[in-house]
Amino acid sequence: MTAESTLTAAPAPGAAQAPPPLDRTPPTAGRKRRPAWDEVPRWQIYLPLGIYLVFTLVPFYWILLFAVRPAGSTSLLPWPMTTDHFEKVWTERSFGVFFQNSLLIGVAVLVMTTVVALAGGYALARFDFRIKKGFMLALLCSQFVPGALLLVPLFQIFAELRMINSLGSVIIAETVFQLPLSMILISGFIRNVPYSLEEAAWVDGCNRFSAFRIVVLPLLRPGLVAVGSFAFVHAWNHFLFALMFLSSQSKQTIPVGLNTLMGADSVDLGALAAGGVIAAVPVVIVFAFIQKWLVTGFSAGAVKG
Amino acid sequence: MASAVTSPPQAGKPQADPARRRRRTGAAPRRLPYLLIAPAGLLMLGFIAYPVLSVFYYSLQHYNPTKPWRNGFAGLDNFTRIFTDDPHFWGTLSFSLKWVVVEVTLQLLFGLALALIVNQTFVGRALGRALVFSPWAVSGVLTSAIWVLLYNSQTGITRYLADLGIGEYGTSLLSDTATVFPAAIVADLWRGVPFFAILILADLQSVPKDLYEAAEVDGAGRIRQFLHITLPHIRDAIVLSTLLRAVWEFNNVDLLYTLTGGGPAGETTTLPLYIAHTSVDAHNFGYASALTTVAFVILLFCSMVYLRLSKFGGDGK
Repeated sequence: MTAESTLTAAPAPGAAQAPPPLDRTPPTAGRKRRPAWDEVPRWQIYLPLGIYLVFTLVPFYWILLFAVRPAGSTSLLPWPMTTDHFEKVWTERSFGVFFQNSLLIGVAVLVMTTVVALAGGYALARFDFRIKKGFMLALLCSQFVPGALLLVPLFQIFAELRMINSLGSVIIAETVFQLPLSMILISGFIRNVPYSLEEAAWVDGCNRFSAFRIVVLPLLRPGLVAVGSFAFVHAWNHFLFALMFLSSQSKQTIPVGLNTLMGADSVDLGALAAGGVIAAVPVVIVFAFIQKWLVTGFSAGAVKG
Repeated sequence: MASAVTSPPQAGKPQADPARRRRRTGAAPRRLPYLLIAPAGLLMLGFIAYPVLSVFYYSLQHYNPTKPWRNGFAGLDNFTRIFTDDPHFWGTLSFSLKWVVVEVTLQLLFGLALALIVNQTFVGRALGRALVFSPWAVSGVLTSAIWVLLYNSQTGITRYLADLGIGEYGTSLLSDTATVFPAAIVADLWRGVPFFAILILADLQSVPKDLYEAAEVDGAGRIRQFLHITLPHIRDAIVLSTLLRAVWEFNNVDLLYTLTGGGPAGETTTLPLYIAHTSVDAHNFGYASALTTVAFVILLFCSMVYLRLSKFGGDGK
C-alpha cells in the first residue's frame, strides 16, 4: 500500500466541471442498452431492493412514530399527532442547549479541518520536500490509531491545557482525528487540477496564493463540500470525546444527551425518540446535500467509517 | 534543491528555470511546503503521536491516580498480568474478534449485493440509492436509540410480532444472553452495510464499460462477467475497505457502549470497551495503557496478515 496508489485512486469531483455522472438515465426509453438475453430481469432488482428498503426504513419509521404519537398509545399510525415529546426534550431535557453546542462544535470542526487540510493537501499535491514520504506514511498510519483508545492521554493533555469542560477540547480532538483522511482526499482533488492552470495564472501576474484562490479553489468546491460535510457529520455524531471531556450539563452535546436518556432507569421512549429525531435532522439535511457526491467523491483507499 | 517545485505529469511545460519561477511566484518554495503542513503536523504530533507514545510509556508503569502509593516503574508486570492473570482479557478479546469477523463479513456481502443492484439502470434509481444509503450518516448513539425503541419488550417490534403470533410477549432481546449478540449485530448491520455499498458502488463506476461490451460479444453471461471483469477490478478496493472497516469495527465503542453497555453479564464487552472501563471507571491508567498497547499490536499483526493473505496489490494484473 503505497502513498501514491492511494492518492491517485481518489477521483476528484472538482476536476471535471460537469456534474458527477451518477444518475444518468438512458437516453431514450425505447432503446435497450443491452441485448434482451442479458438484460437483468426487473424483479431481480426490485424484489431484493424492496426487501432491503423495508429493513432500512422501518427503524426510521419507528423512531418518527414514537416521537409524534402520544405517550401510552400503541397505534402503528402516527395519528393523532403531538409535539409534546419535542417540547419536553427541547426544554426539560436541555436538548436546545445540546443542539447549540453540537452545532458549534460541528461548524468549528468543519472550518478547522477544511482550512488545515487544504493547506497541507496543497503542499502534498504540489511540492516535493524532504519529509513528504514520512508525512504521507504518518497520515496513513494514523487512520489505524483509534481515538477511543487514547482517551486517557488526551484527557491528561486537555487537563494540562485547562481545557476540560470547554468545547475547545472536543473541537480540537475531533479535528485532529478527521485531518489525515481529509488531507489525503484534498491532495487527491488538487492533484487532479492541472498544474498548468496555475502556471498560466502566474504568467498573468498572480502570485501563488491568488492563483490558487482564483483558479484552483473554485474547481475544488465539490470536493471541499464533501470533505467538510464529512467532518461536520462526524463531529456531530461522535460521542466519546464529548462524554469524556465535557462534564457540565450546559456543555454537553446531542449524542451525550441521547445516551443520558437511554441510561435512565425507566426510559421515556417518547422523549428518546424525539431526541433522536432532533439528532438526525442536521445530518439528514447534509446527507441530502452531498449524496450525489458521495459515490464519486470518496475512494476506498481513503475512507474510514 | 534546485527543483523544490516539481510539476505533476499533467503540466505540459518542461521545468522552468527555478530561480525565475521563484521570483515570479513571490514565495520561497523551499520553506512554503513546510509552512503549509505545519498546522496539520503540529496538531497530529501533539494530539496523536504524543498520546500514543505516552500510552507506551504508561504501559510500563503502575499508574493509578486513586492509589498513588503504588505508582512507579512496573517493568513488564502489567503485561504479565494481562496474559496470565486477567479474568476478562481473553473473553473480551475473543468477543471482539467474533464481533469484527461476523460484522465485516455480513456488511461486505450485503454491501456488495446492494451496490450491484443499485448500479443497474432502473426507474427510481436515484431515490433508491438515497434511501438505501441513508443510515450511513446515522451515528452510533442514534442507531442505539432507534434499536432500543425497536427492541423494547413492551412497545417494540416483538410486541407487534407477538400480536401476529410470532414469538412471545415481553421478549427482551437485549437482556437475554442468547439473543443479545444477533440483536446487536443486526443493529450495527443496519448502519454498516451502506458504508460498503457506497464504496463498492464508487469502484464499480471505474470499471471500463467497453470490457463488458467485449465480453458480451464473446458470449459471456452476467455471472462470468461479474467473476472475470467486475471482481478483479474492484478487488483491491474491497481488500482495503474491508481492512479499514475491520479496524474501525474493532475500535468502535459508541454502539455497544450505548446499546448494551457491554452487558448482559459482560456478554458483549469488546476489548476497547473493557479498556475504557479499566481507565475511566477504575482509573487504572497504567494497566489500561498496557491493554491498549496489546490492542495496537494485535491490530498491526492482523492488518499485516490480512494484506499478505489477500495478496494485496498482487502482481497478477
